[in-house]
Amino acid sequence: MSKVKITIAGVNKKPGSSREYKTGGWRTMKPEVDIEKCIQCLKCFDYCPDGAVKKTEDAIEFDLDYCKGCGICERECPVDAIEMKVEEK
Amino acid sequence: MGEQKGLTIQGNMATALGAKLCKPDVIPAYPITPSTLFPEKISEYIADGELDAEMIRVESEHSAMSACIGASLTGARTCTASASQGVALMHEMLFIAAGMRLPIVMAVGNRALSAPINIWADHQDTMASRDSGWMQFYAEKNQEGLDLMILAFRIAEDERILLPAMVGIDGFVLTHTVEGVQVPAQEDVDEFLPSYEPPHGKLDPEEPMTFGSLGTPEYYQELKHDQTQAIENAPEVIDEIFDEFEEEFGREYNRVTPYKCEDADIILLTMGSMSGTARAAVDEMREEGKKVGLAKMTVFRPFPSDLIKEILGDADGVAVVDRNISPGFGGAVFAETAGTFINESKSPLLKNFIVGLGGREIFKKNFKEMYEKTKEAVETGEVEKPVEWINMDEDVMR
Repeated sequence: MSKVKITIAGVNKKPGSSREYKTGGWRTMKPEVDIEKCIQCLKCFDYCPDGAVKKTEDAIEFDLDYCKGCGICERECPVDAIEMKVEEK
Repeated sequence: MGEQKGLTIQGNMATALGAKLCKPDVIPAYPITPSTLFPEKISEYIADGELDAEMIRVESEHSAMSACIGASLTGARTCTASASQGVALMHEMLFIAAGMRLPIVMAVGNRALSAPINIWADHQDTMASRDSGWMQFYAEKNQEGLDLMILAFRIAEDERILLPAMVGIDGFVLTHTVEGVQVPAQEDVDEFLPSYEPPHGKLDPEEPMTFGSLGTPEYYQELKHDQTQAIENAPEVIDEIFDEFEEEFGREYNRVTPYKCEDADIILLTMGSMSGTARAAVDEMREEGKKVGLAKMTVFRPFPSDLIKEILGDADGVAVVDRNISPGFGGAVFAETAGTFINESKSPLLKNFIVGLGGREIFKKNFKEMYEKTKEAVETGEVEKPVEWINMDEDVMR
């Protein structure tokens, strides 16, 4: 998310701004999927606490605007197609 | 300029009358001893048609301050009154009022905190809120209680500040004591205190805005810094408004008022109603040839470091008199006074005296004892006990 200048008391004169609030910045580890291994069982989709997994044509992808890097998807993947990696920032 | 009217009233009536002259729109309040008369008087003014305002009868002080915050967010001029456990129950909402930059004014009948339960004069309730971001004013007498309410609204609502303020009047010593006060004319207060229009936005269904939103780690520190700047810049604005008040109404206010300090070797630093007794003690000691002065602190937040240095800086010793105790260290005024001198090349010797807790009387002889003890420390150059409790009853101590 781009930075904004603070206002007095943090008053936000434009309502509905929470859509612009991306929480992926809290993450230290980032999931990566091996699309060759993925069988599209969507266990990762079911277990993701943040709804940050999306199905694609070939496999799945992660919505990094919201993924917190908890690693539950890596643990639950039955074919070890997901690996958590330290994210360079 | 209208004529001021003389009245003989209790302290709570003085703060309520001061508030009424400011024409508040909303007064959410929960009565508590010793400030109960404040909401009673406000109710009376509304019932008698003397004040056009909404009084909200809430179920607790936490709700009182919550309602103040909501009301102030709509742009309403808002005030309340409380004391002791009531201020303590408001604690979390006090920080929110300040962080949201809402110029709410609260009259506090300063009272001790439980346990043991005690309804009498003590500064512990407001001192325990000193980090909440509120400005704090303390009255010596009922006239100051009335005037400081008007001043508090004007200062709090100043665009350069926009912060809440509390006006402390000592429980019973002032809240229930009848004194003569001069009451400014309504038209003059109207002129001194223009209507409040929040410059940072207000709750309005026609123009929705977000208030009190999440401040993430990326923004929180900057927002707190911005809020802190406002209170740090306040002294200049307070001085300016005090001067204007004096010009309009003829009564002088200072953040710290010196009395016989110019040539004083020892200065007593006091706050609240005890200052009158201290002044009488100074007069008597002066007659005995003792070079003693008094500095009365009216504004505790923002802490008047500049004036503390200016007024106390040349003295040999200062007796900091605290009607509160931060257990494990000493009095709050002492801690901050000591902090003020920390990087000064020259500092007076500082002694701290804890007095008047839970309504314990403070006599002239107590101030004389503090003078002697501070003088002795200055002469010997030794401070055996920096913090001493005064007027203790050995007969009941175990």
